[in-house]
Amino acid sequence: MITAERKPMEEIFRSLEPFGKILLVGCNECVTVCHAGGRKEVAMLASALRMGRLKQGAPLTVDEMTLERQCDPEYAEELALVVDQYDAVCSMACGCGVQTVAERYQGLPVLPMVNTAFMGSSEKNGVWAERCAGCGNCVLGMTGGICPIARCSKRIFNGPCGGSSKGKCEISPDVDCAWQLIWDRLKQLGQTELYSQIMAPKDWRSARDGGPRRIVREDMAI
Amino acid sequence: MSDFEPVVVVFACDYCAYTAADVAGRMNLTYPSGVRILRVPCTGKVEPLYIMQALQKGADGVMVAGCLVGDCHFKNGNLRAAARVKRVQTLLDDIGIGADRVAMVNVSAGQGAKFAEIATEFSKKIGEMGPNPIKQGAKAAA
Ligand code: SF4
Ligand code: SF4
Repeated sequence: MITAERKPMEEIFRSLEPFGKILLVGCNECVTVCHAGGRKEVAMLASALRMGRLKQGAPLTVDEMTLERQCDPEYAEELALVVDQYDAVCSMACGCGVQTVAERYQGLPVLPMVNTAFMGSSEKNGVWAERCAGCGNCVLGMTGGICPIARCSKRIFNGPCGGSSKGKCEISPDVDCAWQLIWDRLKQLGQTELYSQIMAPKDWRSARDGGPRRIVREDMAI
Repeated sequence: MSDFEPVVVVFACDYCAYTAADVAGRMNLTYPSGVRILRVPCTGKVEPLYIMQALQKGADGVMVAGCLVGDCHFKNGNLRAAARVKRVQTLLDDIGIGADRVAMVNVSAGQGAKFAEIATEFSKKIGEMGPNPIKQGAKAAA
């Protein structure tokens, strides 16, 4: 999933200063799962904004709405009937949702209420960790299912580096060395020969370095 | 400010604090009449939003009252509640309402006297802090 965290309240208050009536829009998918921008978080932020602005003597009307998936134009369309009543739309979805709504409602300020963080998975309740960097050319089959790009601090392809110590990465004793994890798993799988294969330098054009990416499925696009 | 009687909403766990409040009543112990008790099946059921909405609707303080640590009927509902209260307190500080308007307390079912004492103390503290600042803001804006 895509993970996110609510922006600091101070920043949110500052960005909403010019407005008197806003629509706060959540998303029912990724940001609901990571408790950043689902229905509950929308209600919490709405309540915090109402109280904070009342305290400041500048009341803010906040209406709440949560879309099934904010990054799909079909769902963003659901706002069409109501958006005219608001000074701004405040999105609690990830950046994909914010942009989908902004693109659809060109004349309206659309502001992000969360900082989108990374693609990750839940390690346990309340803990999320980065797992995928979306590099466009997956190597997990070579690395025991552990991503050397998302999980090695230096993104090296033939690790570990000299900083690996007792299974931990040199950046912090709290961070596992990805290459230690890779080696351990390959050993467990009886696939250590994969480790001996030197991986060629990666062509980063399949990642962000090739510019903004698109996927076009002709069969679906008709 | 002397005639200000704060409204304090207490989310009280059925297994402990709610019973303790009952015991206090049976012992003829009094606590301020602004203390309003809401029974919940466990403090783990108290969503952060409940606390926010109580304040938004005009409560001057909110207390979440659960079982003694280690005694939760559902194992860790009271620990969960404590963590949530902490998070709400941070948010309340961030929006200028103040963390101290919310508290997590632990009492057992038999501690009627302790419940009355805690409720009285908390209500007194909120009384000293004055009314929920959103009321003043609302008046100023009107
Ligand atoms: S807008 Fe799309 S990608 Fe973003 S949180 Fe919602 S479903 Fe996930
Ligand atoms: S210690 Fe391990 S995880 Fe950290 S940079 Fe080196 S190889 Fe990568």
